[in-house]
Amino acid sequence: MARYVVNRLAQAVMLLVIVSAIGFALLHLAPGGPLSQFAASAQMTQEDLDRVTRQLGLDRPLPIQYLDWFGRMLKGDWGKSYRDGEAVLSVISSHLGATLELMTTATIIAVLLGGWIGILGALRRYSLFDSLATVGAMIALSIPTFWFGLVAIYVFSVKLGWLPAGNRQTIGDGSFLDLLHHLIAPALVLALVETAMWGRFMRSSMLEVISQDYIRTARAKGMPEWRILTVHALRNALLPMITVAGLQFPTLLGGALVAETVFTWPGMGRLFLDSIGYRDYPVVMGILMFSATMVLIGSLLADILYAVVDPRIRVG
Amino acid sequence: MADDTGKFGVGGLHVGIPNRRQFFQLGAGAAAGWTLAGNAFAQTERPTNPPDKPRGQVIAALSQEPTVFHPLMPGIEVDQGIWWQVFSPLWFIEPDGKFVPDLAREVPTVENGGLSADGLTWKIKLRSDVKWHDGTPFTAEDVKFSLELINNPDFRVRNRVGHNLVKDIKVVAPDEIHWRMEAPYSPYMSILSLTFIVPKHILEKLSDPNASPFHNAPVGTGPFRWGERVPGDHIQLNAHVGYHGKGPYVERVVFKYIPDLTVLYTQFRTGQVDYTGLQGILPNFVQEAKTLKGRKIFVSATSSVEHVAPNLEFGPFADRTVREALYLAINKQAIIDALNYGLPTQTESFVPQQAWSFQQGLPQHKYDPAKANALLDAAGWTRGSGGIREKGGVKLEFTNSTTSGNAVREQTQQLLIQDWRAIGAAMRVNNMPAAVIWGDFWQQSKFNSVLVSVNFMLGSDPDVTPRFGSGAIPAKGGRGYNTYQYNSAEADRLLAEGAKQFDLAQRKTTYGDLQKLIRNDLAILPLFQGFIAEGVKEGLQGFRPNINTSINCWNIREWYWA
Repeated sequence: MARYVVNRLAQAVMLLVIVSAIGFALLHLAPGGPLSQFAASAQMTQEDLDRVTRQLGLDRPLPIQYLDWFGRMLKGDWGKSYRDGEAVLSVISSHLGATLELMTTATIIAVLLGGWIGILGALRRYSLFDSLATVGAMIALSIPTFWFGLVAIYVFSVKLGWLPAGNRQTIGDGSFLDLLHHLIAPALVLALVETAMWGRFMRSSMLEVISQDYIRTARAKGMPEWRILTVHALRNALLPMITVAGLQFPTLLGGALVAETVFTWPGMGRLFLDSIGYRDYPVVMGILMFSATMVLIGSLLADILYAVVDPRIRVG
Repeated sequence: MADDTGKFGVGGLHVGIPNRRQFFQLGAGAAAGWTLAGNAFAQTERPTNPPDKPRGQVIAALSQEPTVFHPLMPGIEVDQGIWWQVFSPLWFIEPDGKFVPDLAREVPTVENGGLSADGLTWKIKLRSDVKWHDGTPFTAEDVKFSLELINNPDFRVRNRVGHNLVKDIKVVAPDEIHWRMEAPYSPYMSILSLTFIVPKHILEKLSDPNASPFHNAPVGTGPFRWGERVPGDHIQLNAHVGYHGKGPYVERVVFKYIPDLTVLYTQFRTGQVDYTGLQGILPNFVQEAKTLKGRKIFVSATSSVEHVAPNLEFGPFADRTVREALYLAINKQAIIDALNYGLPTQTESFVPQQAWSFQQGLPQHKYDPAKANALLDAAGWTRGSGGIREKGGVKLEFTNSTTSGNAVREQTQQLLIQDWRAIGAAMRVNNMPAAVIWGDFWQQSKFNSVLVSVNFMLGSDPDVTPRFGSGAIPAKGGRGYNTYQYNSAEADRLLAEGAKQFDLAQRKTTYGDLQKLIRNDLAILPLFQGFIAEGVKEGLQGFRPNINTSINCWNIREWYWA
């Protein structure tokens, strides 16, 4: 196992180098740049733009810029944002909390609700509940998140006045109840889509398990249905969910771009969008490397966990 | 709903509900960008009974996030919203164009001896009762330091226009500073009104002037002190009780970042924000917003001009007759009414109509496709295959570019295509993301034509040398942003003359002549003067749009809850 982990980590490092090189090149080769936002205003002349370009070191050949950035990153210096001069790691960490709060809540709701819907749908296959759950899931997966977000704001904020129309908290309040009040709408909207996805995965996984011979054998032995479900079926049906969870892990940290924009949630998704828009190269690269690392860690953890949980699988 | 302290809540609201059509317009409208800046038909109101001490808070929503807090570094309009609260200039400009002393005791003039008759010597008397937010007294040394920092080659300054002419700075006394200019430059008055003074005692200790804790927790002399910043969410400023001027009358001001304009408007409806700042309320919501109870809507002109920017070195556009024909063929009113809800007004000048330098009586545009056709016929532009005109092998066809996703401009382009097709001109759309179009494509005049909104003014000054001076064409190595590639000896002469004049009447004549010239040459095809629709909660007093600043929340120090 240790050897397997070391091998995977070595592969991960190679992958990160490749990702960083490709990401850096694509980002810098894309037209425009961090100073484009000033070009249309009367604030800065071409001479000023050229001067600041030189001062930021953006006039150097791309490979030199990359090596400089990569060398500093290895030393733990991920650079500073072109927008506010903050250290990239500090920028990322200041947005990560909001994203974790939103995504974790949404995921917990989605896993519990989706799991329940999926299991029940599988056990009562082709029943009215199963049909409704299937249609509901298709609708939830087909309609964009921003639409659900706008509807939620319209109904619960504008029309009923029950929930705030966005924001993470009331400025100057910050109590737990206030945070919770603001969390409800975005978490439920995000959970809606995720519930559909988890429900579909759970249903198909459960369907596969309950048609297995060992389940039939358990029934033939007269084992109570609840015991068959919880001890035999559910445990095995949950195994593929580990892979799904592993792949979901980076999404959890990457933020939900659309939901964060609609609900003015100051998370990673919005940071990424803003940074791309302003061509804030250090922050975009920071988020890219952070996300890539999370994908690799998530995937590695899923593989290891799979091997730990399922005795049929051996790694090494 | 705002209570008397200005705090908000969502309960007990009485707000209108968008109808189904409006609701679905939200998504499309959200994508539309809007370029803004100043004031025209705004309902202004002055504070009448401000409280004795700061009370309540104001939540100002902005669709862009302020991120640059050092007021001398490269920033955009939204950053100025912070600078105006935290820092002070030597003097500022009122909405009516008058200079009002701030850190200075008086605005220098030839009459009061602050300016020499040749405009080369400046003597500024400063207030002696001003303190920085950390309690350190403000002195002439801070002004000297700020001007020297601007000219420090290692400092990443926004620009040095005007400042680079300043020489021999002398601190005569803690409350008086003198300097000489290399050449007379009257726009410097306006430039200084937007130059915020920074603290010497903090910044002189830095080894790197481009990075320090000051950049993210600035210390100024303005009406509000730095509070906190939650990146991507909000910035809170607290009242500076020892402020040297009027106000502030609210305890806190919170700049809330809401990137989506539809969401921003919704939060204004639900009472979560007190003021919709940049980029205000989308035009398609304005009529509905005016019906909201407990809200006041201000539609103000800005100093930007929405126009078609022709590349004057590009084939057909080099011919003035073509430009005139194209201009005559634009149905401007349709663009204003159908796409902009009738909110903006037509203009013929690059100077905003509210400015002292605006030239009245410029030839008025008239939508006249028949005359446009006749002009082109007479000039030898004959219709060829597909009805497209050509002359000497040059076809009357070109591209027009604007920022992708700006729905209103994209729709404007469709109207332009129709209008110009009717006179045998073929326009193709070539839109690009903001980061692309405003890069080399715009800067180096690689476009045929662009649909753009530009604030031509230098602060409140009509010196447009960087925009229309022949030495300001970046594509020809010039220093400026004359991306139109306009080249006129007469314009150069007028610009040089205007920059040397300190007498307002003389300057008005000079810049009036320049406006006539630019209008006659059709260096730009102006569509309308920019505008912004902003909302404030009823009870919030003191909001005064100011066309001479880039952002209308310039004077939050005067705002208070009635």
